[in-house]
Amino acid sequence: MSNKLYAPIILLLVLAFLIGPFIIIIAASLSAGETLSFPPQGLSLRWVIKVFEVESFRASFGISMFLAIGGTIAALILGIPASYALSRYKVPGAETIRTIVSSPIIVPGIIVGLALLRYFVVPFNFGILFALFLAHTALILPYAVRVVSASLTNLRSDIEEAAVLLGCSRVGAFFRVVMPNIRGGILAAFILGFVTSFNQVPVSLFLSGPGVRTLPIDMLSYMEITYDPSVAALSALLAFMSLGIVFLAERFLGFSRYV
Amino acid sequence: MSDSRFLSLEKLTLSYGKNVAVPEMDLDIAKGELVALLGPSGCGKTTTMRAIAGLMEPASGAIVLDGANITRVPANKRPVGLVFQSYALFPHLNVYENVAFGLKLMGVKGKDLETRVNDGLKTVGLSQYATRKPAELSGGQQQRVSLARSMVMEPKVLLLDEPLSNLDARLRLEMRTELQRVQKESGVTMIFVTHDQVEALAMADRIIVMLDGHIEQIGTPEDIYNNPASDFVADFVGFENVFERVGDTIKTANGDVAISGNIDDATKGLAWRPSMVTLGEGPYEGTVRGTSFAGGTREYLLDTPLGQIKAECDAALPAHDFGAVLKFDLPVAKAAQLARTGSL
Repeated sequence: MSNKLYAPIILLLVLAFLIGPFIIIIAASLSAGETLSFPPQGLSLRWVIKVFEVESFRASFGISMFLAIGGTIAALILGIPASYALSRYKVPGAETIRTIVSSPIIVPGIIVGLALLRYFVVPFNFGILFALFLAHTALILPYAVRVVSASLTNLRSDIEEAAVLLGCSRVGAFFRVVMPNIRGGILAAFILGFVTSFNQVPVSLFLSGPGVRTLPIDMLSYMEITYDPSVAALSALLAFMSLGIVFLAERFLGFSRYV
Repeated sequence: MSDSRFLSLEKLTLSYGKNVAVPEMDLDIAKGELVALLGPSGCGKTTTMRAIAGLMEPASGAIVLDGANITRVPANKRPVGLVFQSYALFPHLNVYENVAFGLKLMGVKGKDLETRVNDGLKTVGLSQYATRKPAELSGGQQQRVSLARSMVMEPKVLLLDEPLSNLDARLRLEMRTELQRVQKESGVTMIFVTHDQVEALAMADRIIVMLDGHIEQIGTPEDIYNNPASDFVADFVGFENVFERVGDTIKTANGDVAISGNIDDATKGLAWRPSMVTLGEGPYEGTVRGTSFAGGTREYLLDTPLGQIKAECDAALPAHDFGAVLKFDLPVAKAAQLARTGSL
């Protein structure tokens, strides 16, 4: 009997815990007041509009988009052949390679950021943007390899031999029959990589420099100086963007099958 | 090149690293023949087939097809088709596109392409399924698409890997006749790999029995069924009572037993099907240790001084109980005389 009573209450509490912050942010961003506060003081869209007027937000949004899209594409260019090789050939030490490729997921971002700064950016004098690009590619790579590997495992390898016997070269068979069949996995990896990169803070924190910042870092530093609700408005907008992407992915690809 | 040596394997050696799967195989296949490569798993039949297709590079030896040495010709340039056991249809393409795949790569276009694909689909009776995806088809239909996809390429040799093994019993019968029909109508040289002697006997013009990488016997289905060359082939085609023969005796689990009858001097072994064992009379006695009803007949497993004997008689006769002692005979006149033993 008690189960029937407690279960819905616990469920409600969990949902409140998960969705609560999101609701608070949306409410705060609609505030008419001058400072970030909850409950909001009055109702207005001025802070939402302000987001688009802040010059540095526009610049850092551009950089974040570039890193998320560019980094994900680079990770896929490296990750798709890697996944293919790992799943189709008896690569010596395949398990070790898999572990190494996955390590950026396991190692805390702070350490990755510091290591990249200390051993790559400083000694080789990389540009900030280039360093950020490399770091994001490395961070996305494990997701790309994982998701693409999963869809390759579900694909029979004899269709490649069938294609070869029908006149395809080995490389041709990859593009004609493997790629079209793992398209869903590649798109899923792209979305996962994009979201991972876009929300990335610790690594970017170390590598950001004068004039080159990703959006989350820019928001952090903006808040240190200006405590107005525009940060909340920006957060809400980003959350809606993520929701939109995931919704579309689920709708058209059955995204959850791949993750 | 004569028609009887349309496809020749010459001292073909196939190996996986240091493991030799098929040593120095010689084989000639005639034009338009329907040949079965028959053997238990691991006998090298699939390896041989893959080598003919070009999916496996031979360690040594040669493959000659229609007068051309194709040993080093890559798989995508060989005039050889292969129907995979799993059918290996392209999941992202519909039936029409699957069949058109190879033709498009060959540069066939427009009306010509359409005609050839539609003819291919018609041959296998799937014209109305052209726009379906492979996942929407039954196993038998997928098999037909796979067959059509290879056949439209007009290969000189069509290989089929266990073509019936993934189908249920009824479809299997249907597909057997279907494959024979397509082969006879097109005249294509067809080689299929199977571990099922019933399939091989029913379909093939000629059967090649393989064991441990070598050819154990080549013959027509009648040959293989009635005159197995070795104890292995005999056992494989249902001679379940196989004995080694020395002079006027056969070797049994309990020592040599004298036999009499007209035996060829070269005969190394004698074998009887359960149906060839005379039950109810004869010089030997056995105790019933098992019976099984098989419709028209009833099978008995007998414990005898010769070891275990499998016998069979008309199911209309009264059944013998477990433990009953029966007289029986192994008539030499009926036995298959084996030229070789020792492969069992």
